[in-house]
Amino acid sequence: MQALQHKQAPARVTLATEGLTRRFGALTAVDALTLSVEAGEVFGLLGPNGAGKSTVIKMLTTLLPPTAGRAHVAGFDIVRQAAEVRRVIGYVPQLLSADGTLTGYENLLVFARLYELPRHERDQRIHEALAFMNLADVADHLVNTYSGGMIRRLEIAQATLHQPQVLFLDEPTVGLDPLAREVVWDHLELLRAEMGTTIFLTTHYMDEAERLCTRVAIMHLGKVAAIGTPNDLKASLGGGEVTLDDVFVHYAGDTLESGGSYRETARTRRTVRRLG
Amino acid sequence: MKLQERGARFGGLASPAPSRRAGPLTGLVLFVAKTLAIADMEVRKLRHDPTELLTRSVQPALWLLIFGEIFTHIRAIPTGSMPYLDYMAPGILAQSVLFIAIFSGIAIIWERDLGIVHKFLASPTPRTALVLGKALAAGVRGLSQAIIVYLLAWVLGVHLNWNPLALVGVVGFVLLGAACFSTFSLIIACLVKTRERFMGIGQILTMPLFFASNAIYPIAIMPAWLQAIALVNPLTYEVDGLRALMLGSGLSLSVLALDFVVLLVATTVLIYIGGWLYPRVAV
Repeated sequence: MQALQHKQAPARVTLATEGLTRRFGALTAVDALTLSVEAGEVFGLLGPNGAGKSTVIKMLTTLLPPTAGRAHVAGFDIVRQAAEVRRVIGYVPQLLSADGTLTGYENLLVFARLYELPRHERDQRIHEALAFMNLADVADHLVNTYSGGMIRRLEIAQATLHQPQVLFLDEPTVGLDPLAREVVWDHLELLRAEMGTTIFLTTHYMDEAERLCTRVAIMHLGKVAAIGTPNDLKASLGGGEVTLDDVFVHYAGDTLESGGSYRETARTRRTVRRLG
Repeated sequence: MKLQERGARFGGLASPAPSRRAGPLTGLVLFVAKTLAIADMEVRKLRHDPTELLTRSVQPALWLLIFGEIFTHIRAIPTGSMPYLDYMAPGILAQSVLFIAIFSGIAIIWERDLGIVHKFLASPTPRTALVLGKALAAGVRGLSQAIIVYLLAWVLGVHLNWNPLALVGVVGFVLLGAACFSTFSLIIACLVKTRERFMGIGQILTMPLFFASNAIYPIAIMPAWLQAIALVNPLTYEVDGLRALMLGSGLSLSVLALDFVVLLVATTVLIYIGGWLYPRVAV
């Protein structure tokens, strides 16, 4: 047993994919993706619309079965042990996922029950989570009276109530104003510092990746075009006055105009409108 | 850090965190608890905005007041010694339950477009618990209609059976009928995936379900082909059960049991199909 544990040290890989692939008909949305994320990392998947980022998240959160390849999250296979995976992850979808017709408290209550929080801890954990996200004052207001930033914070609270090992966020700050984005980023950093949660997010905002991520992978037509720390990637372009934007354009530039489907665009805009 | 140590290793060597499910009984308790959590959430939404329940009461009122009064007077429908309004009242309750349930599936499409469905599907909740929870909530909506129909029927002088056991039976049939039709609606929503198509198909289905049943006239007066349809229509069994329990005349336990079993089997099958289709909504 000791020998086994010795073999696994030092890096604790919390999430890994091997040749993960998803096809929709003739389209290969994710093409043999292989990457690994260590415990406590904030890993960012970057890419233009249509690069396959959301499809990766949907596979890792067990919403979409892969066409080929495999992946593990917290030691569990995403296909064969989907039920176990769901216990140890939290998920904040790209779209607006808090229910506007319920109060903030009720939005958390239902997930507290679904994640099997013990009855005697439920109320306390919900109120702690609301306080942590600065939502204690509006706990009993209907969510459709919240601002976009408040809704996002509530959604993160929903997804972390059960202290997941890995938190997945799909475009966490799309449609938020600059101030609201700052607040969401602060809370994510705090979450990672206090709970040690591994964070896996997608974004197409370079400032977001630079601010939050320990490592990023730039996706291009379903494949990883580049991977590394933000600084490493900048250095790979020869250093100097290089920004992450330059890196992004360098690796994914030729798809900037063609990316994204009508449906995806419509959804993003709708979300932006509702959040704004 | 405890959180990180727990099963945070990759590959076959890692021993996964022990599952909290100890046995089938614990599994069942959790299933029921999660079903109730979903139902509770839906009922809370109704409490925040009960307008729908009130506007829904207009339709049964119109049917009973206009259609019911007129057909009672012209005696066009052979209902034996039973006043037509008595005959019709349980049919209108079944109709209200059908109408409030058959469009409930549109909420799934709405929740899919918002991203709410995705979060529920990524949580450790059995798919059938998600479906059954929503079905139960539809039952609660159906019960609100039952109260309204009972009030109207009482005011109009329908000879209601106030036996407490029969009332419990009515509650059971309303819950089961609403669960059956709301799950059917959810299945359609999972298949068509857009609001426009859903509304179209909902309209197409509602009328045949209602008119090819014994809700407002006996099956006996139908042509043979329509009788055949009526006999496989779950609404017929819903109406039959409600009529026996609400009026108390000619109540036969064996017929009642048959009505109940047919609805129960139909609902169970639909919930399994719904649980199987539900994850596809997120794709």
